Amino acid sequence: MDYVQTTPAEAAEMLKVIGVPDLEALFKAIPPAVRLRGKLNVPPGLSEQAVLDLMSGHARRNTPVSEFDSFLGAGKYFGYIPSVVDALASQSEFFTAYTPYQAEASQGNLQATFEYQTMICELTGLQASNASHYDGGTALAEAIGMSIEHTDRKRVLISAGVHPASIRVARSFFRERDYELVEVPLEGGRTASLEKLIDDRTACIAVQQPNFLGYLEDLDAVSAAARRAGALSVAAVEPISLGMLKPPGQAGFDIAVGDGQPLGVDMMYGGPTFGFMACRMELIRRLPGRIVGETKDHDGKRGFVLTLQAREQHIRREKATSNICTNQALMAHCAAIYLSALGKQGLPKVANLCLQKAHYLGDRLREVAGLKPAFDAPYFREFPVKLTRKPADVISKLLSKKILAGADLGRFRPEWKDLLLVSASELTRKEQIDRFATELNEALR
Amino acid sequence: MNLVFETSRPGRRGVQAPDLDVPERDPRKLLPPSSLREDPAELPEIGELDLVRHYTALAHRNMSVDANFYPLGSCTMKYNPKVHERVARFPGLAVLHPMQPDSTAQGMLAMIRELESLLAEIGGMDACSVQPASGAQGELTGLLMIRAFHRDRGQPGRDEVIIPDSAHGTNPATCTMVGLKAVEVATNKRGCVDLEALRKSVGSKTAGMMITNPNTLGIFEENIDKVAEIVHAAGGLMYMDGANMNALMGIARPGDFGMDVMHYNLHKTFTIPHGGGGPGAGGVAVKKILEPFLPVPRVIEKGGSLAWSEEFPKSVGKITSYYGNVNNLVRGYTYIRTLGRGGLRRVSENAVLNANYLLARLKREFPVAYPRYCMHEFVLSGKNLAKETHVRTLDVAKRLIDYGYHPPTIYFPLIVPEALMIEPTETESRETLDAFADTMIKIKQEAQENPKLVQEAPHTTPVKRLDERTAALQPKVRWTRPA
Amino acid sequence: MGRAMALPQDLKYSETHEWIRIIEKKDPKNKKAKPELIGIIGITGYAVSRLSDLVHVDLPNAGENIEQGHAFGEVESVKTVAELVSPVTGKVLDVNKEAVKHVDLIMEEPYEDGWLIKVKLNDKAETETLMSDKEYEEYIKTADEADEKEDDEEGEDEEEEEIDEGFFM
Repeated sequence: MDYVQTTPAEAAEMLKVIGVPDLEALFKAIPPAVRLRGKLNVPPGLSEQAVLDLMSGHARRNTPVSEFDSFLGAGKYFGYIPSVVDALASQSEFFTAYTPYQAEASQGNLQATFEYQTMICELTGLQASNASHYDGGTALAEAIGMSIEHTDRKRVLISAGVHPASIRVARSFFRERDYELVEVPLEGGRTASLEKLIDDRTACIAVQQPNFLGYLEDLDAVSAAARRAGALSVAAVEPISLGMLKPPGQAGFDIAVGDGQPLGVDMMYGGPTFGFMACRMELIRRLPGRIVGETKDHDGKRGFVLTLQAREQHIRREKATSNICTNQALMAHCAAIYLSALGKQGLPKVANLCLQKAHYLGDRLREVAGLKPAFDAPYFREFPVKLTRKPADVISKLLSKKILAGADLGRFRPEWKDLLLVSASELTRKEQIDRFATELNEALR
Repeated sequence: MNLVFETSRPGRRGVQAPDLDVPERDPRKLLPPSSLREDPAELPEIGELDLVRHYTALAHRNMSVDANFYPLGSCTMKYNPKVHERVARFPGLAVLHPMQPDSTAQGMLAMIRELESLLAEIGGMDACSVQPASGAQGELTGLLMIRAFHRDRGQPGRDEVIIPDSAHGTNPATCTMVGLKAVEVATNKRGCVDLEALRKSVGSKTAGMMITNPNTLGIFEENIDKVAEIVHAAGGLMYMDGANMNALMGIARPGDFGMDVMHYNLHKTFTIPHGGGGPGAGGVAVKKILEPFLPVPRVIEKGGSLAWSEEFPKSVGKITSYYGNVNNLVRGYTYIRTLGRGGLRRVSENAVLNANYLLARLKREFPVAYPRYCMHEFVLSGKNLAKETHVRTLDVAKRLIDYGYHPPTIYFPLIVPEALMIEPTETESRETLDAFADTMIKIKQEAQENPKLVQEAPHTTPVKRLDERTAALQPKVRWTRPA
Repeated sequence: MGRAMALPQDLKYSETHEWIRIIEKKDPKNKKAKPELIGIIGITGYAVSRLSDLVHVDLPNAGENIEQGHAFGEVESVKTVAELVSPVTGKVLDVNKEAVKHVDLIMEEPYEDGWLIKVKLNDKAETETLMSDKEYEEYIKTADEADEKEDDEEGEDEEEEEIDEGFFM
């Protein structure tokens, strides 16, 4: 099945109109020596039913998170996704549409993006947002790039509390540039020693809120330290937490980024997701990616266009701030629908659910022998526990009980080798938490 | 039309959050009060029905492949099969946490590995990674690997990349990101890279060349083997931007014509829906010499099952946080398995057939940038029309919208004045092509007889031509509640 | 706009379409001292007409050093960004904040209120390489004619030469 509509008879007629004897004549420009002889070593094609069966087969060899009692978070959360999200985002005018370069033919897309940008500004407390980036990691890397360009400095401080994957993506991003990426260590699970490390060569300091361990950082102190040194401050934030926590903009931050998956997007084994980026208004011309702006048409009617395009790759080429072209537009629309469906009252409710369930989890786990909280610090929806057995073994044991126990933090840093990161979402039920505590007790004996 | 904030009313609720089934505690006792938000974010307050009406109304203000012909050159706006949407939503493929144990995701690991090998085969390459989230990320990965390769061979001084003047903007932008200098090489009268100019541009500083083939003029680089020879002889590597692979599948493989590394735009050739701007998926395929530098993690076989591994010391590192846009890889994989070896070839053959047919219908009406048979796309110039009638390509594009067509790509490539780049794709029927050609001819007549009609187009859209200057001069990028 | 304006005669012009007005500032207290050289720099009406629709300008800060032939800022229109290239080497004394706030000023009065920066020159000799108003006028006239000729040539080629035999049959 190839979705080609042209029949062989029609093809023959079309060749006549073109004025060539056969299809081969159209491939004349390809040097014969490089033409593929024979067929591609790819299996033969399949009918729709056969491919459905094939893919069901692949799906069956995976166990979706919904079939476990899951306490695995670490940046991706199994949350409540309202049915309207997929129903509305999967309208073909949203998902088979192209990038809205022709504004008059894309007002739906542009307006939806403008609304999304507004919501991101509201969540983060900042004044400008772009139309989305690939994921939280690349958004953070770009925010660092913005800071370097803005301050004309080359030294970057990243808290060790930032998601390890994001730190690694940033390192790959800047592999070939002569920037210095310095990690700020954690003490007691939170960013410390900033004063010792920040100086007038620092372009920015990046922290995560809540941090990778789930603990709350002191955002005001970080932004103040950055300001004193003339550096920018970047916060990587978990979006659901912004239903309850003080937004980075209010805490004096210059740029906020994050991974938007918790906003109505399925985990999908890591992607697609989207990264959000917001900044203070003065930095708007450094913001990579597309930005939608409001304007008027020739009759004075309100309309929306892609704006500040002169910054982007298709105009600036080698002087562009970033090479981003395709972004994650559809996922951003999902997030906007999610945020609209939950609304002003609903998001704080979901945030509170996460907080309450995580703290109930904390209370129950405190009763389990063989583990204790790793640090004594305030947490939002997840926290690490120190185990008397190897976390990998515990995870394995609990897997057979249909429990995803959490993330083995030793995979990320050697100093975290006995730590298991457990999390709760608004979908985590009391009886799941109770069962988890019981099974953990068993596994740690 | 209202913004969702303007339809909102205080107290309205959309959905109901799940219940609280644990004892509730005061957040101010659990978290430092200074860390809490004082005022909630001003999100919409709207009921579910009004929200549905809102987004449905937005959808009606949008063109899409499902409704309109989208002959956007270089974008390959082919039909997005519905079976992909069904498959992508299987819980066993969609509801997976990237960190869940490998033993619980064997189907996913197998699919990713198989997709990588299929893409390698289609490209005539030896290995592939589907981690990049887009073509541009694929380019970034490819250039990082080229850099790493030269450093590994003790040649860090190779910091120039040759790029044809017809290249897509992401090419030079990516060079800058990787600390490489873009060196432009001219296109000759046949629409191909000028070999003499190329010979003068290569040297000991050449890291490689980025080339799109077929190029952005829709023309196959007829001297591609010589181009590769010249660059290889100077010690550089060949990078191919695979945006135009829709013309080549089953017909010629980049690995066979001298390419060392390439990226795929899965959202072009392999029909991942464009989503209004994304998400896409890239894929970067390489010859053996570059395999050690591919991003991590990679799928390996360990003790009879599949697992992710980071044991690749020469890898350029992580490009995205996890494994790429996996749900889109599911779509791309489903497509390739549906097409199979015969279908892949038929897709490219028909893409080229359709493009040449449309070209034949229009070549006497508009100057053809390079008068020769094309591959899957071709470029016309609106220059003569502009001179004769003062109706520019931009105006023609806007007028096409009135007739229900999404305009072709305009003003790209930069080397053709008043360019119109047209790519019909293989999924369009002959009648659609004929109707489009007839409309283009009609608009040309309108330009000659009633230019204002075209210059002030579009007339039938929800908004008329928009003032882009004001949008850039005083950027208003969010809604604010009126005082 | 822009282009039709007469070129001020007291300015010097660069090939990248910047102008500079040199002012000699004598120190009233020290008559024997060499006068300080101040340059006022802006972009020409021709540049304005080519860019059209200016939306933003990026200028350096006072106190920064700039170099002849190197970029000192950027000017942005809806569709393009162009570098501002310095015609001289020196230190930035003052930046036209009004022009930054209202870019229309640059379009309407590129040679007067739309000036961009004031610099302290290091070396007057540098300005010898710049063009007079007559030379600049010739320069832009030639550039325009070359553009038109290229367009015409291209047109000719397209109509006559098919690359694939039988293409236009």
